[in-house]
Amino acid sequence: MPAVSPPAAPWARHILGADPLRRTIYIVAMMPAVWTFHLGLTDALGADPQKTLERTLGLWALRFLIVCLAIAPLRHIGGPNLIRYRRAIGLLAFYYAVMHLSVYMLLDQGLDWSAIWADIVKRPFITVGMIAFTLLVPLAVTSNNAMIRRLGGAAWNRLHRLVYLAAALAVLHFVMLVKSWTPELALYVGLIAGLLLFRLVMSVRKRRRSAGQLVRG
Amino acid sequence: MADRPVITSSELTPRSLYLRRREFVAGAVSAGLIGTMAPLASALAAPLQFVKSPLSTSEPPTPRKDVTTYNNFYEFGADKGDPAQNAHTLTTKPWTVKIDGLVGKPADYDLDDLIKDAALEERIYRMRCVEGWSMVIPWVGVPLADILKRVEPQGSAKYVAFETLVRPKEMPGQRGLFQPLPWPYVEGLRLDEAMHPLTILAVGLYGETLLNQNGAPIRLVVPWKYGFKSIKSIVRIRLTEEQPPVSWNLQNPREYGFYSNVNPKVDHPRWSQATERRIGESGLFVKRRETLMFNGYGDQVASLYAGMDLKANY
Ligand code: HEM
Repeated sequence: MPAVSPPAAPWARHILGADPLRRTIYIVAMMPAVWTFHLGLTDALGADPQKTLERTLGLWALRFLIVCLAIAPLRHIGGPNLIRYRRAIGLLAFYYAVMHLSVYMLLDQGLDWSAIWADIVKRPFITVGMIAFTLLVPLAVTSNNAMIRRLGGAAWNRLHRLVYLAAALAVLHFVMLVKSWTPELALYVGLIAGLLLFRLVMSVRKRRRSAGQLVRG
Repeated sequence: MADRPVITSSELTPRSLYLRRREFVAGAVSAGLIGTMAPLASALAAPLQFVKSPLSTSEPPTPRKDVTTYNNFYEFGADKGDPAQNAHTLTTKPWTVKIDGLVGKPADYDLDDLIKDAALEERIYRMRCVEGWSMVIPWVGVPLADILKRVEPQGSAKYVAFETLVRPKEMPGQRGLFQPLPWPYVEGLRLDEAMHPLTILAVGLYGETLLNQNGAPIRLVVPWKYGFKSIKSIVRIRLTEEQPPVSWNLQNPREYGFYSNVNPKVDHPRWSQATERRIGESGLFVKRRETLMFNGYGDQVASLYAGMDLKANY
């Protein structure tokens, strides 16, 4: 689909990969961050721009996690096969989480390390967010061809199952920080619960099937 | 009294803006728009006359735009932008406040009888939200003590209970599946807190009548307590002997107590109360500032709590 993709300068090919669709995904997916930073710098982000920026980045991190988890079920129910782009989506979730955490540490807390540490150990919603973020780090670090080769497919897959736990903790982080439930929050909780349930059902079925084959064989 | 300066909102608001608003209303009338815009018209602010109070802070007020668009008023939605979006549907005329319980003169008071224009004062107060942000707001109102004295509290009265309007038809937050709180929203003060000179009933903001999102037509302002104590759109004031229930404490007793005094040393489980962000200050790069005990009103109010363990009575 060369028509929709931007021209690839050699540096862009190096950073974003050779697949034009993947390149487009990266560029489009960074737009919410670019746009929100722009609004923040031009005083167009409302009364509390810092908090709005922080929350918007957190929300996009969560959305990309959800899209990432949805790719396998989408294929399973007969939708398009986007497995080729799952790694990019997962990395985007991580990039947004990094920006979310950076805004929290740099702008919100002004790099006051004692306040940040106090938040991490004393405020359960921050503790949970931090665990979710920490779980994403090894996944991001291993999301490249070299690491996949080094770990081998099976170990890599096992490691990357952590994304389910990270997503569950991320949405729990959201639940814990609101003062009251909203339709938006219920939607995110519902989506993640649904995706986790789907994965659970699939792995139970797979185990049954392989057990059945053993008996028959 | 007579030598106190009388200030009208035209002096406070830049004159061009003030005139433009006048023109807008006049233009709307002549264009025959007012009829169809009835709910909006009642949400428009009208200028007030008042005197300045020596109890005001000299800190620069938070821009009016922020004070009127960044609100926690769950009756109109859970998002801070919701009240400014949704509250125009509220009709605030006529408005009566029932005052009952342990008082000599219980009655349904019409708002205009309750608040005499001549008594209005401007009080510029700091406002600290429990979520860790703050504003400086030029309220217009009257001391609550003046109202309470008029209705003659009985000797047995120890607390004052307040109640917000319940009107799901006009308050979208009171309809549907996701209702954050049981209605009506209720709040309470000890009688001595209610009688304190800093405690006011506000009917205005920035020299004009309150906009609906700010708690029109009448709300409480208690500047040394977290913002949620300052209950909005009040329809009932009741004097009691027992400590009255308060909404956020009912919803989450571990996080919200009866007193809710601003206290940097008592942390909320979700927000550090040691620091705050002042809304309207330097945009994206605003630095947190230290939160002051009793929101900086300690000299005036600390004696109310002499000998009390403020960690246990949060
Ligand atoms: C996988 C990692 C994470 C995800 C997906 C995530 C997601 C979110 C979401 C969805 C929100 C709410 C947005 C809204 O209300 O619209 C949020 C808010 C927030 N998150 Fe995270 N988060 C993560 C990690 C962290 C970490 C590591 C920290 C800090 C150490 C953190 C600190 C915060 C703060 C301070 C807020 C705002 C709370 C407030 O409004 O006062 N998050 N996050």
